[in-house]
Amino acid sequence: MILLAANTFVEALKFIGRNGQIPGEPALPTLVHLTLETLKIAGIGIAIALAIAIPVGTWLGHIHRGSFVAINLGNIWRALPSLAVLAIGVAFLGIGLKNVELALVVLAVPPIITNAYVGIDGVDPDIVDAARGMGLTGWEILRKVELPLGIPLIFAGIRTAALFVVSTTTIAALTGYSGSLGDIINNETSYHLPGVLGAAICIAALALVVEFALALIQRALTPRGVKLEQGDDFALAVVPVVTEGAGAGS
Amino acid sequence: MIALAASGPVIPTFGGGTSAFACERANRLFCPDWVSHNWGTVLWPALRQHVVLTLIAVSIGFVISTSLALIAYRRRWVERPVLIVTSILYTIPSLALFELLEPIPGLGLSRTTAEVALVSYTLLIMFRNTLTGLREVPADVRDAAAGMGMGPMQSLLRVELPLALPAIIAGVRIATVTVISLATVASLIDNEGLGAPILSAISNEVFKTELIVAGGMAVGLALAADGLLVITQRLLTPWTRAGGT
Repeated sequence: MILLAANTFVEALKFIGRNGQIPGEPALPTLVHLTLETLKIAGIGIAIALAIAIPVGTWLGHIHRGSFVAINLGNIWRALPSLAVLAIGVAFLGIGLKNVELALVVLAVPPIITNAYVGIDGVDPDIVDAARGMGLTGWEILRKVELPLGIPLIFAGIRTAALFVVSTTTIAALTGYSGSLGDIINNETSYHLPGVLGAAICIAALALVVEFALALIQRALTPRGVKLEQGDDFALAVVPVVTEGAGAGS
Repeated sequence: MIALAASGPVIPTFGGGTSAFACERANRLFCPDWVSHNWGTVLWPALRQHVVLTLIAVSIGFVISTSLALIAYRRRWVERPVLIVTSILYTIPSLALFELLEPIPGLGLSRTTAEVALVSYTLLIMFRNTLTGLREVPADVRDAAAGMGMGPMQSLLRVELPLALPAIIAGVRIATVTVISLATVASLIDNEGLGAPILSAISNEVFKTELIVAGGMAVGLALAADGLLVITQRLLTPWTRAGGT
């Protein structure tokens, strides 16, 4: 029994080694290709979500308004099952990239807005006053003071969203959209268990790599002073942050 | 192209051109006849299974993560390894995790596999919330409990845990909606829950009514569970409102 399972895992690794091809079968899309496609679909979704959510979230935080909307958006978002959002989208838009991207944006915008809002809104008012006293304008305060100090929370939102987007991109295969690593999992008849397992390993690795890469970007963007204050704990930076703070009190 | 071998034979619930209902033949966005005809055989059982899947996963996850949090509360070094392992589990996309568990002996295509994966997603959330809640109990309060002659166990049960309750319930709340969300994907493994009608609506011709109704039920269930837990939290911790916070 255990040998059989170990054998499946070995076969899965061999499948990855063959770049997603199965001997004796016609050529299949390569794993590299599918991984890049997955990244591309997820990347477009995240980019659109960032373009919408970062300006809205930071601006609301800057003017300290709309906390009700920003925080409840985060709460409702958590209740949205990705598969359900994709399924409802298919009913209206049909199967295709448009529906997938819409679902990704719907799922990625709320956590980014909520975290950006909380991050900017929570900047110590004394620091903002000091900046204003030094003659900085509202825009300069946002750019030079609030944004750098809000980076840890803003990134927590981006990382939560990215994780969700990568995960949802693969789930999109279940709703008929082909062109991601999820295809392999959705097609066990052609790929058999080792292939499906190989694809699952690739998806898991991809999510961990994206998470790790974002942790590195966050580290690079965080000003040195803020880093010193937090204690430079790299291992914990890889831990994704769930936005429980925002929802706990409501 | 679309073959759902992993979930076994999918019995289509969509009659398409052969259906007795005009709105189903036309594949309209919402076909009330289909819903009332299939409520008792398809939709209601799926909803019930979804609730059961969720309750089991959250209960088991609660026991594991609370135990770990209590251990980490007393032995600080436990926190880091638990956080690293549970974070990795949390980061793995659901679709992948279900499949990663499938080849393990004793799991396969079963409810157990689904539950193991669902439980693993609750651990990080509830562990971190419970631990943070316990750590945020003011030292003065703990000292006062000790001064009143309470032992560590008594202080934990009668003072620290009750004060940590809002954070603990917030954790249960996030874990519950997360599990409701991911349990739709679990249908790929055990062919039950609200994901099952969604997958079967896709696997033949795209049947819109079933997608909208089953998808809407999943969203509604998550929102209802969220609301119910907010009310529970208010009832269990009336003092959090007294301060006006």
